[in-house]
Amino acid sequence: MNNKTSGDWRPTAALEVLRLRARLLESIRAFFSERGVLEVETPILSAAAVTDPMLASLATRYTGPLFPRGQTFFLHTSPEFPMKRLLAAGSGSIYQIGRVFRDGEAGRLHNPEFTMLEWYRVGFDHHRLMDEVAELVMQLLAPTQSLEAPERISYREVFRRHAGLDPHTATSADFAAAARERRISVPKDLTSQNDLATWRDLLLTHAVEPKLGQGRLTFIYDFPAAQASLARILPGEPPLAARFELYLNGIELANGFHELADADEQRARFERQLHARAAGGQAVVPVDERLLAALSEGLPDCAGVALGFDRLVMLAAGARSIAEVMAFPVDRA
Amino acid sequence: MATYSTSEFKAGLKVMLDGDPATIVENEFVKPGKGQAFSRVRIRNLRNGRTIERTFKSGETIEAADVADVEMQYLYSDDQFWHFMNPESYEQMAADKNAVGDNAKWLKEQDVCIITLWNGVPLAVEPPNTVTLKIVETDPGLKGDTSGGGGKPATLETGAVVRVPLFVQNGETIKVNTRTGEYISRA
Repeated sequence: MNNKTSGDWRPTAALEVLRLRARLLESIRAFFSERGVLEVETPILSAAAVTDPMLASLATRYTGPLFPRGQTFFLHTSPEFPMKRLLAAGSGSIYQIGRVFRDGEAGRLHNPEFTMLEWYRVGFDHHRLMDEVAELVMQLLAPTQSLEAPERISYREVFRRHAGLDPHTATSADFAAAARERRISVPKDLTSQNDLATWRDLLLTHAVEPKLGQGRLTFIYDFPAAQASLARILPGEPPLAARFELYLNGIELANGFHELADADEQRARFERQLHARAAGGQAVVPVDERLLAALSEGLPDCAGVALGFDRLVMLAAGARSIAEVMAFPVDRA
Repeated sequence: MATYSTSEFKAGLKVMLDGDPATIVENEFVKPGKGQAFSRVRIRNLRNGRTIERTFKSGETIEAADVADVEMQYLYSDDQFWHFMNPESYEQMAADKNAVGDNAKWLKEQDVCIITLWNGVPLAVEPPNTVTLKIVETDPGLKGDTSGGGGKPATLETGAVVRVPLFVQNGETIKVNTRTGEYISRA
């Protein structure tokens, strides 16, 4: 050990913030208990992994009884797949609070392991779930923040307002012009590619997000179908994903879907994502066949949402970085 | 050619930007939960001193700049160059006007400066935080000060002009903060 790291044993969060964390966890459990939503726990280790090219799984290896030659297990990036298996098995509405893991993500708002609150409501669509998310978050933040009534704006409308274009019809030249007008620096290989999803994310992160959730919760909904992830596609032109995200103070807090229940469509999306991973030089991971089997059996009509608990604590505590609300972030793990 | 990927970005990293050496001032990891990750950096061009913002896609690489800071003793200047010496190896090096810039007025023989080298050539010269210099010209300062303690200008042996208290006289040596250009005390 050298002197420079000798203070590293200490927590980065103030003890007062850790007490706030504990109180918020209690309040969340009380909220769901009152509503008859069941708390569940599902495995962190999974034989399959998320196929989304924008998410990278960490992996570990188990060797011993049941797997004498060793078996790779992926640390889940969210508990979505096993929770859907519970829903298909007839669990009814469920929630989970647990650690999730993401390779390659560390920064002011990111830590490779973090606490996620994820819940599923049987019989809800994404709009009804937004009502419940707003109710929970407003209740949790009420002691520390006075917020105005939540607002709900479509993905198209936030881009019109803050990036000056229609994200569903804009070409890469339109995105480039909008970036130039706003003096946003454009990554060099983006200018030569017709990569609309990356263009949307560039404008979203640099121009749109900082304007969202100013003094109130902002929900944005109806995403481009190409960014549906595990959401249903709404009929219409252009096709839109029944997906929403929640922002407060420019920080992304939650992401929800009216859940896709079609096993064939889900398999097709997994395969497209695996092709994209292979093309991008990313690991090609095993598809979750047990999830697909559960979907074939029948997922009840439901909406689900994942909320970053640490970021919620940040907002409640007025913290600027995620390290201020975690006992030990990864560089002190 | 050495390169850095975005995951190596941190404050102080020296990189090549648009053909010029630059240093990363601040790096922010930005990523929508289900979207593309970016590194949003503030980066200072070491030739012109300007700080700009740049965004990289995660996984992009950028060329490393061969930039190093070394301590060298200032020797003398001629018409074009300021000459420095490594006090251990006695190796000498000349810095031009671009590298020395406004800091020329703080350079005193024997003082140890920090020279930023790019590919072995001086790119910038940083004088010590505090220098001790002799006053070569200042008014007696007994009359005419109406500014309420604002002091008076004094020209130092290196040509720098600083404001000093009225009681400080010609021929005295004083300590000056080179970052702010302010008088600290009599030496």
